[in-house]
Amino acid sequence: MRMLIKGGRVIDPGVMDEEADILINQGRIEEVRTAVQQEGPDEGKDRAAEKDLSETAVIDARGLLLVPGLIDMHVHLREPGQEYKETIKTGLMAAAAGGFTAVCCMPNTYPVNDSASVTGYITEQAARCSGVHVYPVGAISVGLCGEQLAEYGELKAAGAVGVSDDGKPVADAQLMRRALEYAGGIGLKVISHCEELALSAGVINEGAVSTRLGLAGIPNAAESVMVMRDIALSELTGTPVHIAHVSTRESVEAIRAAKARGTLVTAETAPHYFTLTDEAVNSYDTRAKMNPPLRTEKDRLAVAEALADGTIEAIASDHAPHSRLEKEVEFDLAANGIIGLETSFALGLRLAEKGVLSLERLIAAMSKNPAKIIGKPCGIAPGLPADITIIDLSAKYKYSADKGRSKSRNSPFDGWNLKGRAVYTIAAGQLVFDLSQEE
Amino acid sequence: MQWTKKDILDIESLSAEEIELIFETAFGLKEISRRPIKKVPTLRGKTVVLFFMEPSTRTRISFDIAAKRLSADSIAIAAASSSIVKGETLLDTAGNLRAMNPDIIVIRHSYAGSAHMLARSLDISVINAGDGMHAHPTQALLDMMTVREKKGSLSGLNVAIIGDITHSRVARSNILGFTKMGARVQVAGPATMIPPALEELGASVAKSVDEALSEADVVMMLRIQKERQRNFLFPTQREYSIHFGLNASRLSMLKPDALIMHPGPLNRGVEICPEAADGPFSVILDQVTNGVALRMALYYLVSGGMRDADAD
Repeated sequence: MRMLIKGGRVIDPGVMDEEADILINQGRIEEVRTAVQQEGPDEGKDRAAEKDLSETAVIDARGLLLVPGLIDMHVHLREPGQEYKETIKTGLMAAAAGGFTAVCCMPNTYPVNDSASVTGYITEQAARCSGVHVYPVGAISVGLCGEQLAEYGELKAAGAVGVSDDGKPVADAQLMRRALEYAGGIGLKVISHCEELALSAGVINEGAVSTRLGLAGIPNAAESVMVMRDIALSELTGTPVHIAHVSTRESVEAIRAAKARGTLVTAETAPHYFTLTDEAVNSYDTRAKMNPPLRTEKDRLAVAEALADGTIEAIASDHAPHSRLEKEVEFDLAANGIIGLETSFALGLRLAEKGVLSLERLIAAMSKNPAKIIGKPCGIAPGLPADITIIDLSAKYKYSADKGRSKSRNSPFDGWNLKGRAVYTIAAGQLVFDLSQEE
Repeated sequence: MQWTKKDILDIESLSAEEIELIFETAFGLKEISRRPIKKVPTLRGKTVVLFFMEPSTRTRISFDIAAKRLSADSIAIAAASSSIVKGETLLDTAGNLRAMNPDIIVIRHSYAGSAHMLARSLDISVINAGDGMHAHPTQALLDMMTVREKKGSLSGLNVAIIGDITHSRVARSNILGFTKMGARVQVAGPATMIPPALEELGASVAKSVDEALSEADVVMMLRIQKERQRNFLFPTQREYSIHFGLNASRLSMLKPDALIMHPGPLNRGVEICPEAADGPFSVILDQVTNGVALRMALYYLVSGGMRDADAD
């Protein structure tokens, strides 16, 4: 079936920012017609109108923004193994509602996604769901145990786009070196969760708040020493490394300096790191507990600045669903992580509206840049897969975690007044989310 | 002033006026413990649950005696004998206790924020008897009460707290309490045991133990835990006692009227020498005595005072 999206403002970062109609056919973009082309005297006629539109669904996108389908390259879908927190189905519903046409799911499931059979299970389950693309990330090491390389060739053949031991660092530098070399040869991206465990025996950022609350702190250096190690290993091996969830100013500085000398390093951060600080933990709110922890205002500003200047090229939510069982306990015992798929874009837009980064850069950080990192096509041009997010930048609403599509509710942004949201999400030509049908 | 607080969770949430009221009440109740029959009917028919999820002797007995001197029924639960070891969550245990209609729950727990969590979920009074490294408000209140008793006022005094500040809920609560009441607090100890941004709590960090002691009107020594050696926080007890302990030579450089305090239990010969612990300026046992009166005062205040108790 065909779909015509009429009259929206199309931003394809680095390519175009103007009003255009988009015609979708058989899962691909067939035509992009700008207003200028439509009025052009040479053609003299509307080619889209010329075709038989009787079988074509029409979306009136006047006043709305059309962007390449958003990609969240760091989510936890929890299936297999922890379906009480999230399933692939509910996770993808949340993704679609957040405007995402694709997600990368991390391998810390039960069993761990360290084999082609688990990767295959995930992609098969995903294929039965809404149509949002799922790009699995396999494990760096078997069982995330940091002792033996997983079978990267098999993982890639089954559909994995990268490897990571996310949730745990790769403590052994030699294993990390070999992972980079081997994955580089196979053509898989290594995504590094940077944490020096000997320094990170805490539950929140080490600083004034940890001192006041009497909670064990995690210093910034617990992250940055590993970022620096992985940069050194990337330089040693000549292979790329992607740094997950950057939270500190020292990590930002290390990545910026490495990029300046040509190191193949890329990085992502999560909306909470540029939105909140460790003050959010006050009163022991377990919804503000995650790893790496929320840092200070200086770090928050450095992360935002890094997004603005391209040091950090991607925004990824690190969507980490947990049930009440893991969160309604003593702070020390609570699980790390927050959900983020349904708030990611609006929190990014807050930065853009404050003038910290341009709207175009925000969109790139949530679509084209992560696509490039994982090696997937992304953009708005004839022939490309029809992955398109249609956004109402002016929509104001109160975010309620209770009404979210995720199975879990663990968001520190519950009750926040947000602005900007996806109204239609189109993945491979299918309408996977339509706000008007939801409420 | 009228007491309005349901709970005693930390020093931060108490005003200077409320702290004064607690002192006045405690001084008034102190005399009961000196009577031949050490019991008044004030809290007759009230039930106090002592919910101790962490080992404690002094604090638990102090809360227990305080309850009994006011005629409240007190029941102590220790971690090893509670359902917590069977996997019950803190909130479930608390909910079950609540269902038996006690009037006050005193909680000691190894996790910071646990008393706050309990107080948020229960409509009865919660008194924090120590939560992780966070707060130990009743200890700080009895420490301040003791200094006030000896010195007349807290305002303008120099207080030195020496030892493992990072891991000490007693230090945190005393820093907040003494500064709130107008004293100056300096801390000193191994740099491994001084937490970041301590100034934001109101304390300054002395360059050395000697510097902190030289001007001190009140010296508070903290217990050094041998287990901390494993985390590389200090080399040996021997080195600690020489460089950071209140030993005989440091004792001689104190102001002649300086008070010596310690929250206990003592590590004699490590952070404090016997001459300091047993000498004329030690108020360590006065702290313990005042602890009972102070906790009686808190029970009394959170129970709404004499009126309600006598109504039956």
